[in-house]
Parts: sequence; structure tokens; C-alpha cells
Amino acid sequence: MDGNIIRDGKMPPLWHYGHEEHDVISAKTFGFWLYMLSDALLFAGLFAAYAVLDHAMNMAGGPVEAQVVHPIAATWQTLAVLSSVFAYSLATVALKRGSRAGLIAGMAVAIVLGAVFIGLELADFASLVHTGATPDTSGFLSAFFVLIASHGLHMAFGLLWMLVMLVQVLRFGLSTAVVAQLLNLRLFWQFQASVWVCVYVFVYLKGTI
Amino acid sequence: MFVHVPGPWSPLFGRLTLDSIPYTNPIILFAFAFSVVAGLMIVVPVLYYRKVGYLFREWLTTVDHKKIGIMYILLGLVMMFRGFVDGMMIRTQQVMADGPKSLGYLGAAHGYLPPEHFDQIYSSHGTLMIIFAVTPILTGLGNIIVPLQIGARDMAFPMMNAVSLWLTAVGAMLVMASLFIGDFSTAGWVGLAPLTEVPFSPSVGVDYWLWAIQISSIGTTLNAINMIATIVGMRAPGMRWDRLPIFTWTTLSTNIIGLTSFPILGVALALLGADRYLGTHFFTAGMGGDLMLYTNLFWIWGHPEVYFLVLPAFGIISEVIPTFAEKPLFGYITMVAATFAIAGISWTVWLHHFFTMGAGPYVNTFFSVATMLVGIPTGVKVFNWLFTLYRGRLTFTAPMLWAVGALFLLLIGGLTGMMLAIPAVNYTVHNSVFVIAHFHCMVLLIAYSIFAATGYWFPKVFGFRLDERSGKMFFYTFSLGTAVLFIAMFALGFMGETRRLDYLYDTQWMPALVTEEIGIGIYTLSCYYFAKMLYVSIRDRAKNRVGADAWGTSRTLEWLTHSPVPFYNFAVTPQVNTRDELSWRYANNVAGVRPSRFEDFHMPNNTVVPLLIGILAFGFGFGLVWRIWWMAGFSLLAIIAVVIYRSFARDPGYIVSAETLAKLEGADEPLSIITETQHLAELGMITETRHLTEAEAH
Repeated sequence: MDGNIIRDGKMPPLWHYGHEEHDVISAKTFGFWLYMLSDALLFAGLFAAYAVLDHAMNMAGGPVEAQVVHPIAATWQTLAVLSSVFAYSLATVALKRGSRAGLIAGMAVAIVLGAVFIGLELADFASLVHTGATPDTSGFLSAFFVLIASHGLHMAFGLLWMLVMLVQVLRFGLSTAVVAQLLNLRLFWQFQASVWVCVYVFVYLKGTI
Repeated sequence: MFVHVPGPWSPLFGRLTLDSIPYTNPIILFAFAFSVVAGLMIVVPVLYYRKVGYLFREWLTTVDHKKIGIMYILLGLVMMFRGFVDGMMIRTQQVMADGPKSLGYLGAAHGYLPPEHFDQIYSSHGTLMIIFAVTPILTGLGNIIVPLQIGARDMAFPMMNAVSLWLTAVGAMLVMASLFIGDFSTAGWVGLAPLTEVPFSPSVGVDYWLWAIQISSIGTTLNAINMIATIVGMRAPGMRWDRLPIFTWTTLSTNIIGLTSFPILGVALALLGADRYLGTHFFTAGMGGDLMLYTNLFWIWGHPEVYFLVLPAFGIISEVIPTFAEKPLFGYITMVAATFAIAGISWTVWLHHFFTMGAGPYVNTFFSVATMLVGIPTGVKVFNWLFTLYRGRLTFTAPMLWAVGALFLLLIGGLTGMMLAIPAVNYTVHNSVFVIAHFHCMVLLIAYSIFAATGYWFPKVFGFRLDERSGKMFFYTFSLGTAVLFIAMFALGFMGETRRLDYLYDTQWMPALVTEEIGIGIYTLSCYYFAKMLYVSIRDRAKNRVGADAWGTSRTLEWLTHSPVPFYNFAVTPQVNTRDELSWRYANNVAGVRPSRFEDFHMPNNTVVPLLIGILAFGFGFGLVWRIWWMAGFSLLAIIAVVIYRSFARDPGYIVSAETLAKLEGADEPLSIITETQHLAELGMITETRHLTEAEAH
């Protein structure tokens, strides 16, 4: 307990007058960090499933890891996603300056590069399916496709969000609500890039060894 | 790529045909009639008294954390009743189906339930009780109480709070729908792999189970984000971490568990869904699937989930006992430390659910020791409660009886848990009803805490106390039922009865089975007292009206505002000066001091968006269960469209002016208003705020 806090007959204040400063951006950012934590756990679960099923027994006589992963193609994907994050970061620098044009330009580049990433991924999937390596071939391929497609879905969701934000910036300008969303979107986009780095290392690079 | 399932399929209705409705089964017909009557008892008065608009404006579209909490608890109580009926059916089947000479009725060889129906009942009993009864009730309690305990006006994200509620409700609705349209899973509430795979469970039962849990667990995750953000960011001035009430602490720890464990459940169910819908091989019996991967992923969520439920229960006990012992909680800091120790260890014990997997002695030893470690912080908690009771001025109200009763169950459940934590013992009794009796003691401890909490905080929410007499009868009958049923069940476990049996082969179990049946009969009697408690309390509400502090000896901030709590919680945000703020105000004779002036404040508008998302989520779940692809696809796209639309809406909320507030506050208790200035002047005290107020007044 805090001991005797009444000194010299002075009662400390019982009510807090004055407007509570309601910091919308910090509340939303904190909430979004918590969401990112749950998203990180989701990927942790998927990586765990991949680690368990990445075993000769789980390949069930189907294609083995080295036949499935294309690290060179994945390197191009890595470059695309990292440049997209870089473009979005430049957009947030422009946001800090209050430059709407710079923000829109940066986001447009980020969207294009994100779309390139998804296009490369779909092309990779198509070539795998063409060679008969489909998700229902073996437990290993199930884990491979679902892990990478989950990340791809997150990327697609991020692209949709960016498009929506582009419209909102044009319509509402840099209002508090818009800025809060732009900052959370940055967090989301950078997190997906970090997850891709893990995918690149644990799936594509490890798969070639 | 889509999995081919047996039976007819049409693009418009998916797998749904008229034969999917089990109208030939008399038990289900009775359940249907009962549900329809119960539903009409709600719908008809609403229509008759023309309350549809009120219901829609004030409840279905609300973003008020208290109303959302009440709806959570109502949902949980209804589901708890259905779960109880399932339990009653399981008990009755077992007592009727013991031995080869036992008779069969209604198409069953023994008892009255054929195996596939019995399997659905125990699966839905577990799913309902854990996911749709206890979880929503505890979430609802946290929703109502935590913002009040920390002196906040609302949750951090009021609209998301309503979304969480409706997603949970959608899950419950899907389980209810499975009763009348199609069937439910027969693979247990845990979803035993590979029994949940299409070749072994081709019907929609597993799909119902899967999407009900998946959709509601998204709601629980969102609620966890909301709770943590509220507790971290919305505390009243002076509510330092070392002053936070224990219930708020436990809610914080529980939601950290929820936030980090529910995504794993989401992954486990999504991978199972991929197996069932896309033909992947995560948990299949061949083709490189690994069924133990499912079991591990499920229990990586499942065990933290146990502590997700029990920690708020511990928080409730920690609030109720000091109030009725009239002493501050013994060992506040150790209580917080024990809470977080349990939360931390919860992550490292999941394998004790399947010691018999064959992981080997080193792995089993690790998880055995980790499990036993839980006993240390739990023991700390028990001793803290005992020392709080020791030489306290005890008042045995109904909530206090429930809280003290919970301690006994914790002792029995905890010690049998320690037994089960020893792999050697576990190999002997695993999968027996000894395990069932053990975890029912733990879950009943949570139920006891829930009943303690409903009695304890009921007057805060509704403004009048529950009837003590019938409330105590409810406690005594319920406790007698618990003792009679579960002592017999422990014995049956040692006698070798395994779990989930629709037919029992050993006639020597008969006396114990009859004892269990008597126990469930006493439970049924306790339902009567529960109903009577509600009826008498509402009838005599005028007699049982309470002021701000319903018990006169409460200690925490929620009892500082009016009962029932006005929509704005506190007219003026309280300044917190100590732990147990209200006790401190009592001790210094300032508990009745009202604020000396009011200020405008901002409240969020009600919105239909969360309800809309809920309805669409039901369409999404139902469409996927029956493989009605257009319905699932449309619902998903519509949810995305609604969210995008909402992000464009600029909803500023509304301002409650100081004058309105003064009117609201004055009308509530016209005589008891003493302003802070007046009161302190009478006490001969001066405050800095008073100077400020007067300076501004001039």
C-alpha cells in the first residue's frame, strides 16, 4: 500500500478534471502492434507445420524439396518485396514532410512492386502445378503451398489496403484517421517483408542444401 | 482441386437437401420444439410490446462495453444450459447402457442413443461448454468490469468490441444450426485426427465444428487486442501498475495468452480445413500426413486456453474474498507474480495431454516437470486467499460461498492434476474418466467463479441484488450435485471406465453410474433454484435496490459510480490515489464525495456495421459447411466491402454536454449529491483542485 498519503490535512485530488487527451494514433498503433503479434504467431504455427512435414517420409514418394524450390526465382521475389517496402518507406518520409504528391508516388511504386511479387509467386505456383507438384500430392507439398500462399494472401490483402488508402488520401487528405491507417499499413507491409525473409531462408535457401 | 465428398451436390444449395434435416429423430424434434418455444418466448413479447426498434437501437447496434458484456454473458448462459442438457443426456445414456442385458430404445442397441448420435453429444458438450459458454461469460465479465475498474469510459476500440461479440455469437449459432440442419462432429471437442478427415467423417459435422470454432476464435483474438489496449492505454490518472485491481491483472494476463495462443488454433483448424476442402495432406492417415502434428498444434493452443479460462476465475476469487472478508488481499504482489508465472508456464506444458504419444522419456520428463511447476504459483494463490480469509470479518453471501467452494474444487482438481502430471500414473489412467473427473473439477472451479462473479457484480450492472435465499439454495444443490457426480466419476476412472463410451461392458460399474445419475439429477434441481433466483430477484427488485457500493465493503473503483452504471461510466474521471481506492476513500470519509463540476465529453455512436459483419460471417460459415460456394464467396466479399465502406465513413461520435451530464447525475440521486468542495470544507480539508475550481469560478 502507499502508506499515509494525506499530509498536513491536505486531501489529494479525488477527480481528474480537464479533457483527457485522446491520442487516436498511438491507441491505434498499439492495437495494431498487438494484431501483428497474433499474426506472427500464425506464421510461427505455419512454419512449425512446415518444419515437421519437411521430411523425406512426408514427401510420400512425390517431388522432394530440391525439385520444388526455385531459389533464383525467389531471389527476384525477395528483391521485389524489399524494394516495395523501401518505396513505402519513402512514402512515409514524404508523409512526414506533409507532401501528398510524394506519398502517392511512393505508394504507387510500392503497389506495383507488390503486384510484381505476387505475379512472380503465381508464375512459380503455375510452373509447379504444371510439373505435377500440386498441394494434394504429399504432406510436404501441402505445407509448402499453404505456407507460401498464406504469405501471398497477406501480401494481396496489403495491396488492397494500399489501394484503399490511396483513394482515402486523395479524398480526405492527411487527416488523423488516414495517417493512423498509413502508419499501421507501414507496419503491416514491413512485417510481411520480414516474414518473406524467413520464408526465403527456411524454405528456399535451406531447400537447396 | 476441391475435395469430392459423397452424396448429392447442387450449385444453388451445395450439399443441403431436405434429407439433411433429421425430422425423423424424436429427440431432435423435441429439442427443436423446445428451442422454438424458448425463441418464441423472447420474440413474441418483443413484437407485442413493440420493442424491436429498442432492441435494435439500444442492444444489437450498441458499442457500449457494458451492454456488449451483458450480451456475451447471456449468450454464454444459454449455451451453458444446452451444454448441461448434453451432459445430462450423456449420463443417462451411460446408466441405461451398462451390460449386455441393458435394453435399447429409439433404434439404439443399448440405451436410447445410437453411437453416432452419442458421439455428437459429447463432442458438442465439450465444444459448447469451453468455447461457447465459459469463454463468452468470462469475456463478458472482463468487458463489463475492467473498464470500470480502471476508470475508463469505454474500451479502446468500441466498435471492434461489438465485432468480437457478433463473431462469437456466429460460432454459437453454427453449433445450434448443426442440431437441426445436418449433424455435428463425432470426433470429440478436440477433433481427433485423422478421424476428422473426409474419408472417416464425410458428413458436415466436422465442418460445423471447424467453422464455429474458427469464426468465434477470431472474435476472441480481436477481443484480446481490445482488452490489452484498454488496460495499457485507458487507465484513469493515478491507476499505476501497482494499483491495478487483481481482476484487471488476470484479465490482462489471460488476454496475452489469448492473443498468442488463438492464432495457433486458427492454424490447426485452417490446415484441417485445407485437408477437408482442398485435399491437402496435413493430418491424413497416408500421403505424408502427420496426425500428431494436429494434436500438438491443437494443444499448443489447448493448454494455454485452460489458463485463459482459469486466470480470470482466479481474479474473481481475488475480488470476492477481500470484499467479504473486509481485509485487503493478502500478498498483492505475489498474486500478480503468480498470475504471470502461470500464464508463462502455460506455454510449456501442452504435451502432458498426450504423454502416451511415445515422445520418449526425456520429452515426457520435461513436460511432466513443467506441469508440476504450475502447482507452485497456484499454491501461492491458494495461500494468499487463505491468509486473506484468516481473521477476516467474514460474511457468507452467495458470491462468497461460490468463491470459497471454488477453493475446494481447485484443491481436488489441482492435486489430481499433479497426479496426472506424472507420466507413469498418466499411462495407467489416461483416457479414463479419472481424467474427465479431474478437468471437470477445474472447469467447475471456473463455473463456481462465474456464479460468484454474476452474484457479486449483478447489482453493479442492474442496480439490485440477487435473491440471497434461492441463490444459496442454488449453491448448495449445485455443490451437492458436483460432489455426488464427480466422486463417483473419480472412482469409475480407477475401476477402468474409459471416456466417450456409448456402451459400458462392466456391470460392476452400475452402482457408481447410478450415483452419477443421481448427481446429475441434483444438478437439474439446482437449475430450478437458478431460475427461481432470477425470478424472485427481478420480482422483488424494488426491495433489493443498492447504491453505488452494493456490499458496503467493496474495495475497487467500479463501486464508486452509480448502480446501474450510466452509459458514460464515470461522470468525471476519478483520480486514483492508492490500491483499493474505494476502501481508502471509506477510511478517509470521502467515499461519498461527488465531483464539483462537470465537463463535456465525447462518446462513440452506435453502428450497425458489427451486426452486419456478424450476419455475413454466418453466411460465410454456413456456406462453407454446406459447400454452397456462391454463398461463402459472396459473404466474404461483402465483409471486405463493408469494412472498406466503414473505413470511408467519418463518424465523429457525439458530445455529452456538461449540462446534460449534471441533469443526468442530479436526477439519479438528488439528495446525496455533495460536491467535493462542500464536503472537504466540512472536513476542514483543502485541496489543490478546490483552489483551481474557485479560481476558475471567479
